[in-house]
Amino acid sequence: MSAKDEILSRIRTALADTPVTEEVPREYRTTSAMNEEQLIELLVDRLVDYKAGVEVIDAAQIPEFVAAKLKDASSVVYPQGLDSNWLSALDKDVEQRLDAPGARLSVAELDATSAVVTSSAVSVAESGTIILDGQPDQGRRAISLVPDHHVCIVPISTIVQLLPEAMPRLSITRPLTWISGPSATSDIELERVEGVHGPRTLDVLMVRGL
Amino acid sequence: MTQVFLGMPAGGQGNLFESEPFPKAAHRELGNTQMRKNLRHATHTIRDKRLKVVGELPDWEALRDAGSVIKNNSMATLEERLLEFEKNFTARGGIVHWARDADEANQIVTDLVKATGSTEVVKVKSMATQEIGLNEHLETEGISAFETDLAELIVQLGHDKPSHILVPAIHKNRTEVRDIFLKEMPVVDPNLTDEPAKLAEAARAHLRKKFLAAKVAISGANFALADTGTLGVVESEGNGRMCLTLPETLITVMGIEKVLPQWEDIEVFMQLLPRSSTGERMNPYTSLWTGVTEDDGPQNVHIVLLDNGRTRALADRFGRTALNCIRCSACMNVCPVYERTGGHAYGSTYPGPIGAILSPLLTGIEVEENGSLPYASSLCGACYEACPVKINIPEILVHLRGEDVDAKREKHKLPTQMDLLMKGGSWALGKGKNIGLLEKALPLGRLAAGKDRKIKKLPGIAAGWTQSRDIPAPPSKSFRDWWSDEKESK
Repeated sequence: MSAKDEILSRIRTALADTPVTEEVPREYRTTSAMNEEQLIELLVDRLVDYKAGVEVIDAAQIPEFVAAKLKDASSVVYPQGLDSNWLSALDKDVEQRLDAPGARLSVAELDATSAVVTSSAVSVAESGTIILDGQPDQGRRAISLVPDHHVCIVPISTIVQLLPEAMPRLSITRPLTWISGPSATSDIELERVEGVHGPRTLDVLMVRGL
Repeated sequence: MTQVFLGMPAGGQGNLFESEPFPKAAHRELGNTQMRKNLRHATHTIRDKRLKVVGELPDWEALRDAGSVIKNNSMATLEERLLEFEKNFTARGGIVHWARDADEANQIVTDLVKATGSTEVVKVKSMATQEIGLNEHLETEGISAFETDLAELIVQLGHDKPSHILVPAIHKNRTEVRDIFLKEMPVVDPNLTDEPAKLAEAARAHLRKKFLAAKVAISGANFALADTGTLGVVESEGNGRMCLTLPETLITVMGIEKVLPQWEDIEVFMQLLPRSSTGERMNPYTSLWTGVTEDDGPQNVHIVLLDNGRTRALADRFGRTALNCIRCSACMNVCPVYERTGGHAYGSTYPGPIGAILSPLLTGIEVEENGSLPYASSLCGACYEACPVKINIPEILVHLRGEDVDAKREKHKLPTQMDLLMKGGSWALGKGKNIGLLEKALPLGRLAAGKDRKIKKLPGIAAGWTQSRDIPAPPSKSFRDWWSDEKESK
């Protein structure tokens, strides 16, 4: 008998008492009464708690703020679908590296790149979570992972309060990365310290009118 | 209930066994005062954090209720869920393997790694691979496995054993970690301090090259979603993202109980898990992947679905909810026994309250090595209250104690000391006259107690009682004698 058949047959034996399934009680919160200002305030509070940098700005200010965040960078990678205007105010010394299908940066090149700019799909204010789903304005997973500094654009229209509210906005079969602050660890004496293998600096630009 | 062992699914193998009885191991571990201090500090830190973030959610109990029912349903329909997962994962380019036990899983992974030609793998922290002893097996096959989670790295570099499912190096404090790094890292700043941030930085430098060059990664999974074929890993440091994203080949080893029916179910578990484990509103990183995504991440994606005793546990209808465990570790962080003995005393990969039920359920309670685990508890119930999926650990502990007694009776085919004791008890307490008769022997007890009026050692099975406590000498007169004297004098 194959391992699969044997395991399935063991399961049938184990469940010979035919346990019944129940309707899942979903009495937990699935809708929010928060207005936009409250959502912004909550998300800012959570991200600051995680030691991320946060700015709440208007769409027109994006180039200026991206440039300010990247003033010390020597190079920046961006995905093909990113609005090119967002990088228009960058210092001339900051080398811009495009990552596109057919023209991928190697892991070594990404490692030698100081920063990355991406957009994001949806954010959950209550837990301070920004979700990337690999759409063209966010790119493949490696580009938001290897560079040490991530500048992430969060359109305010994509913020929800609760995780269950974010679910219908996700395409689950795309590769998803949920980010709640810069990389961190609690492995030494269960105290949280920021900055391990993922980007050690996370700057979030929350943008109105996007 | 007498357990019938014939026809029962096979028990698990690997690192699921006590190496010595819990009371003996606990006795030794209790002597390690540094470890006890470290554990006390860490578990108390996390208790406060957990209570704070759990208290923030007005619907915490509703989330627990939902989590518990989702898991029960998943176990009740496990065959369909696994087949559905297999179908969807395969449709998206992933390859599914099935492993009856630890040996089979180790062999599958070894063959997959060898097929890539690589002799090195990077690993994301995984309980399943710890359980089957994968690293040790790979080593015998000439493959080096590098643990990349900070705590696992501390354990691996220190040639130590994990003592906690979430923070395997919880028994080490920052200074001990610094000393391990200084001794074992090939390239390390000799002036490294014991500041956690500096230690994290040292780990980053140590592993960076490994991540960037790795061709094969091995991971566990926190959940599998049946209706989409998606896998998820919940982590903090970014080592998970590195392993799940950069290599060409990704091999995931996952217990069959981790499958959830619907992808929307993660809205429940991703609220329960981080708050219960690290006491955070959300862990820094969660990765979800569904088979292979062209041009993004590993292009050879495998999963090994592991039984290793899970069907055995499933067959115990009073104990099967132990399989609902989401490995958050809240139960060990609140356990007064774990806090004092530490995780090594439990022998198995799974320590603490959940380990005390899960290990014997996976191996079968009649396996003698695990017979003492269900007794490693004062039944205070703190674990049940903390459990995000409401596993009634104390109830299962009591159930397993009963199974243990039955199994021992079965094996010896003769009345055990316990039976004789129980029979004696039933005779003595059955009639007032009988207990009166017994009480005539009280002076003997006083004699045994000696000058300090304490009985320190009882014979036979009763020795267990005096192993960790004394019995005060009995009074010179029993209550019954005193009562009848009182009545007579009136």
